Amino acid sequence: MRIAGKILVSTYALAVYGFIFLPVIVLVLFSLQATSFPIPPFTGPSLRWYEAVLADARLTSALFNSVLVALLSSALAVALGFLAAWGFARYHLPRSGLMRGLITLPLTVSYLIIGMGLLILFNAAGIPKSLIVAGIGHVVINLPLCFAIIYSQMGDHQVNIERAARDLGAPEWKVLFLVSVPVLWPAIFASFFLSMTFSWDEFVISFLLTRFDTTLPVEIWNLLRSGLNPRTNAIGSLVFGVSIVLALLLELAFLRRSRR
Amino acid sequence: MTGSLSGPLVEIRKLSHSFGSHKALDEVSLNVEPGSYAVLLGPSGSGKTTLLSIIGGFVHPAEGSVLIRGNDFTRTPPAQRPTATVFQDYALFPHLSVGNNVGFGLRMRGVARARRIGRSREALAMVGLADSYNKMPHQLSGGQRQRVALARALVVEPAVLLLDEPLGALDLKLRRQMQDELKALQKRVGTAFIHVTHDQEEAMALADHCIVMNDGRIEDQGPPERVYSRPASRFSATFMGESTLLSGKVLDLGMDEIRIDTQIGPLSLAGAGEPGFDVSLAIRPEHITLAPESGSVSLGEATVTDVVFQGSFKRVSAVSAKDPQVAFIAKLRSSQAVAVGDTVTLYASPADMVLLSR
Repeated sequence: MRIAGKILVSTYALAVYGFIFLPVIVLVLFSLQATSFPIPPFTGPSLRWYEAVLADARLTSALFNSVLVALLSSALAVALGFLAAWGFARYHLPRSGLMRGLITLPLTVSYLIIGMGLLILFNAAGIPKSLIVAGIGHVVINLPLCFAIIYSQMGDHQVNIERAARDLGAPEWKVLFLVSVPVLWPAIFASFFLSMTFSWDEFVISFLLTRFDTTLPVEIWNLLRSGLNPRTNAIGSLVFGVSIVLALLLELAFLRRSRR
Repeated sequence: MTGSLSGPLVEIRKLSHSFGSHKALDEVSLNVEPGSYAVLLGPSGSGKTTLLSIIGGFVHPAEGSVLIRGNDFTRTPPAQRPTATVFQDYALFPHLSVGNNVGFGLRMRGVARARRIGRSREALAMVGLADSYNKMPHQLSGGQRQRVALARALVVEPAVLLLDEPLGALDLKLRRQMQDELKALQKRVGTAFIHVTHDQEEAMALADHCIVMNDGRIEDQGPPERVYSRPASRFSATFMGESTLLSGKVLDLGMDEIRIDTQIGPLSLAGAGEPGFDVSLAIRPEHITLAPESGSVSLGEATVTDVVFQGSFKRVSAVSAKDPQVAFIAKLRSSQAVAVGDTVTLYASPADMVLLSR
């Protein structure tokens, strides 16, 4: 009875993890396929499709665009999120609860709605689709997240630390850069890498708001329209690899914090 | 800067401040002399911390002014004041080493690196932490962090050092030890200290000038010996040490003497007052005895309600037989036989009774 239970539990666990990871494993495995179709039998390993991807100017430029958009939009989202959190945490503002709710509201709105809204807005304003516009879209979706993370870490115990800095003669900008930011560094670091991860994977907003220069997920979608091909597996594996690295960096930021 | 060399170092003029509908300070005026150790003593909500925050520049008062060395600093931000604060939670910068914590104020003042390090090391040596320069704050104990906070505030050579319940987070033994060190340090550096506490023992041990606060007002101020032996108000008599309070009315005046109709009967003592006025008499526990002594008068019979043995003495609480509202507190010799439920006759000398008009 007991053994049967154990087997059942193990099988269930295996099924769950298999369900989650099998598609990724298949994706990565067939990116190493030597022949032209990502279907069994496995004929690799070979790096030919990775070579093909890196030789493809459209894919590499999309990759570069994605990195650029992720870096810049995350940096902006973190900066704005930090300043908003600092303002809410340190100053007594009228209707503070409502305002905080409004800032975090986009977290609950679907990307499609945000993307459509921005598309209509920019259209009406006569601003053409571009990477910059898509980047703005990413700031819109990531700012609430950065705000929520940093605000949650901005406790009252830091108020006196900032006061002490002021008391010792620091002007306000030095209080921010020499005290508030370093003290909140783990939260800032974490929200930056989380934003990077989301921006890196984001498809809908980029799809709606870019035209000629576009990001990697949109380019992959273009590729997929002409059918499956080990190239899509290779580029998918690369995207997955970068996401893993970002997730590890994020984990590291939180681990460092909890050890203190 | 213009400023007078004589006169008070810190001059507080008619400060009033409210938080919402709560009046935190109500026309408070106060002088702190150069080189003195002033202690603001009061229960929580008495306004003592608000007063300290206003002197430090963290709160701008609704009315009144703060003068330091004769210059008005009422609305000057903390960074430009000749004050430095030691916070209750120490507020050390967790990401900076102990040395850089201490050197922070000098860095903000543009002191060159080499000189900064030298002076930070001197300040750390002064508080007995010469070998902790390269440690991080989280590696230090509570008492050590407290000293770092002191060194960090003193290294910028403030005109006045503000301490907000600096010993509140320490255990009793360490608190008494740090108390002695604080006092010694203050005498050595000669900087005026303004120290906020709710602990009356701490206040008596440290203060040159003790300021008793209640409800946003100063109840009493002066040398702690005077505040203890001749308190100015009922609050001061019960907050700075314990007292038995008897309320009554002035009956009539004699030659340098008045007769008061108290809850336990008429008592005569030296003093002045208007007949018909409501007054109180405060008697310190050590002045109440079980047997008559020369010059003492009877306070009537009382029933013992509580006896607490405290080593060198017994703290005895008793309720008057004449008026159960009157609660006597007496400090009796440990050898004295007294138990809960006993009926005793209590005595005190009128010379030890303090006449209070508020």
